[in-house]
Amino acid sequence: MNHKQDPVAGTKGDVTSHDKAKSWFYSDVVKDHFFNPRNFLHEDANEADYNAIGKVGSPACGDELRVWMKVDPATEQIKEFRWKTFGCGSAIASTSMASVMVTEGEGMTLDEARKLKPQDIMERLGGLPQRKFHCSVLCDKALRDAINDYYRRTDQFDKIITEASRIIDPVSKVTDKDIEEAVLEGAHTLELVQQKTKVGIGNPGCLPAVEELIRFYKEKYFG
Amino acid sequence: MNRQVYLDHAATTPLDPRVREAMLPYLCLKQGNPSSFHSFGKEIKDDIEEARRSIADILGVRSDEIIFTSGGTESDNLAVLGYARKNQKHGKHIVTTKIEHHAVLESILHLERKEGFEVTYLEPDRDGLITPEQVEAALREDTILVSVMYANNEIGTILPISEIGNRIQKWREAHSRPELVFHTDACQATGYLDLNVEKLHVDMLTLNGSKMYGPKGSGLLYVKRGIKLEPLQFGGAQERGIRPGTENVAGIIGIAKALELVQANREAESERLVHLRDRLIEGVQRTIKKTRLNGHTTNRLPNNVNISFMDIEGEALILYLDASGVYASTGSACTSASLDPSHVILALGLPYEVAHGSLRFSLGHETTEEDIAYVVETLPPLVEKLRALSPVRVDEKYFV
Repeated sequence: MNHKQDPVAGTKGDVTSHDKAKSWFYSDVVKDHFFNPRNFLHEDANEADYNAIGKVGSPACGDELRVWMKVDPATEQIKEFRWKTFGCGSAIASTSMASVMVTEGEGMTLDEARKLKPQDIMERLGGLPQRKFHCSVLCDKALRDAINDYYRRTDQFDKIITEASRIIDPVSKVTDKDIEEAVLEGAHTLELVQQKTKVGIGNPGCLPAVEELIRFYKEKYFG
Repeated sequence: MNRQVYLDHAATTPLDPRVREAMLPYLCLKQGNPSSFHSFGKEIKDDIEEARRSIADILGVRSDEIIFTSGGTESDNLAVLGYARKNQKHGKHIVTTKIEHHAVLESILHLERKEGFEVTYLEPDRDGLITPEQVEAALREDTILVSVMYANNEIGTILPISEIGNRIQKWREAHSRPELVFHTDACQATGYLDLNVEKLHVDMLTLNGSKMYGPKGSGLLYVKRGIKLEPLQFGGAQERGIRPGTENVAGIIGIAKALELVQANREAESERLVHLRDRLIEGVQRTIKKTRLNGHTTNRLPNNVNISFMDIEGEALILYLDASGVYASTGSACTSASLDPSHVILALGLPYEVAHGSLRFSLGHETTEEDIAYVVETLPPLVEKLRALSPVRVDEKYFV
């Protein structure tokens, strides 16, 4: 078994720079978006002006993010993307960057936006430390929540993709969501996922399914 | 050029130039090993013992009750693990609080998870106080160790150690339980409070050089004569075999000098810092709405200000302040690898969003009126800016 973790695309290790010589700090792009956030929703904006709203997280998990979109009904392109974030510097910067990316040019279509990956955002930011990875996952999730909201409001129910969790290991009660979280936090091998979740420890029968999920989420987020 | 204001003295203090002077000979000229028999070694051995005596005098104890270590973490680990392992035949119950430093908490957690100890974690009140009655109520016939910090590193609340110690002493006598001992981590209290061990009624006490303008990598544990500890490391007779390894001579000379200096000046410095501390608290409360002062208002370290800025996340504010030359810290979320919010603020019964928004400003020797005025002037627009970005609105019952 391979215990060595491959570097995650778009991340820059943990708290050191890529050459490990200096403590990590934000890239110039991250700093620019953190100190001059783009497209955030001003206090006085009216929710009724938007036709799709998304929300993810809560203060209990450290970050909360809400997004408001204006989608052109004819083309399903995102014409406006506004947001508010309770979170750390990386969370603010990656939301700001995502807002720029989905509205660039004519604006992404909802199909295109759904394909936006966390590491696309991180690459545009010039990298984030590995343990800040969840910050950029957060805006990706809020975006997809808003996309679903748009389809719901326009009665296109067949296009809604929900992410209900299902139990993978009935003994440890670990769900596919738990495995997804573990992979996002950098556990890319079965051992590391087991360390985080205890999945399959009393129930080795579920391990093939777990390995398949790890592969799936690695592919999904890290390409 | 911005003003540079360092307000993170609770994390670590700069080295006092007088301490540096005292240490310098031991970093270059005086280089013998104190365990050697030749005169080089002998002279250094004598200097170490002189340092030990000077510390013992300040604590009001005997020299052979001082064990030098590498810092606060090691001292706490040695006290907790060393005492519990050596004395477990007398009982396997430990009493501590939910707001201890991780050096104590994680050691105790290890004993609980891996070595079969039972632990009572006392809950503080909303201000971070623990009462002697709470401690007494938790004592059992098999309790061998109580560990309660002197002053909290995050919120600055000063705990009634002397009263708790007194209560434990009486209980010990009434129940004929000489094996029950009381440890306190006094790292944050060193520069401001009375360290006389007899008045505090403690049996073990932790100090850390790098919180008292001394060198990093220096610390000590006071251990009352007669108390037996299991060593954490092996391989020599230094420090009576309890903490073997060649002595960190410059560190020992440094911590002794640092302790002498901060204790000699502690009343004047406390008075000066209480004034600055209260100006900062008052200034923030006057200029920024929706804040909460965490920790006790008066039973509080002279150098500690811990404030939750509602609706925003601490790390983001730290970074905005950093860009303005103000260096503060947060016990919250993202700065630590765990991403967990402060266990101390949560233990006060406050919700996650209040914990995530907490900032600690810890003042020190070089802090001036101008520094405080600068912080009070710098903060409001930064808080305003981050609040504009935030979707969270904390319930107003938590403001104060």
